[in-house]
Amino acid sequence: MKYNKESYKKVIDEYTPKNKIVKNCFMAFIFGGAICTLGEIIKNIFVSGFDVPKDDAGVMASVVLVGLSALLTGFGVYDDLGKIAGAGTIVPITGFANSVVSPALEYKKEGLVLGTAANIFKLAGPVLVYGYLSAFIVGLLSLIFK
Amino acid sequence: MNYVMSFVIGGLFCVIGQIIMDKFKLNAAYILVTFVVSGVFLNYFGIYDKLVEIGYSGATVPLPGFGNSLAKGAIEEASKNGFMGALSGGVMKTAPGVAAALLFGYMVAIIFNPKKK
Repeated sequence: MKYNKESYKKVIDEYTPKNKIVKNCFMAFIFGGAICTLGEIIKNIFVSGFDVPKDDAGVMASVVLVGLSALLTGFGVYDDLGKIAGAGTIVPITGFANSVVSPALEYKKEGLVLGTAANIFKLAGPVLVYGYLSAFIVGLLSLIFK
Repeated sequence: MNYVMSFVIGGLFCVIGQIIMDKFKLNAAYILVTFVVSGVFLNYFGIYDKLVEIGYSGATVPLPGFGNSLAKGAIEEASKNGFMGALSGGVMKTAPGVAAALLFGYMVAIIFNPKKK
């Protein structure tokens, strides 16, 4: 296929990521919103179906979401979803679970100790490090400024 | 109504993440770290609780919600047990989620094999 100046510009315009950000944001909104809504549904099932207190139900819903995400990651579905959803599958807690399961699975070939176990927090580690650090700081601040 | 608000607030968090990703070309790890840390400090300043009142799971399921739980645990325990509470509270409060990710991650690694690319 030959391009002249005009048709080349057309092709370039087609591939410039201008609308892409809008589209990405839309997909992130839909998928992220859907995952959070699913969390709310699971929470309500625990509250109304099993008489779990609301705070505990929220934690249990997170655990269920983490489990679902782990399973989908195992089947290779979560990463396919991620290609469409972008941040929509990264920002929810399911993305955190995915970031734990992925390296665990990927490094399996290097053994269950030095591979899976050593790398399981490879991606999630930074989140835990800075999360725990800042929680400690905030805890201290709450002691100092009562 | 809870469902609608969960969807909207949760979706908005992801849009913020997406914009940061696209505009600043940042690796996902930086976004996750930023989100968790901001969740911690938003809780400290009492803002995140209001967000949870509006957004329900839309505010608790995204990673800033994880930061929110961390801070909540640290502050609660600090008020009971002082320094040791500040040290352990955040870890205690978020232990179920982290342990679940670890447990399920390990199980999945044993059961499944990585998908060929």
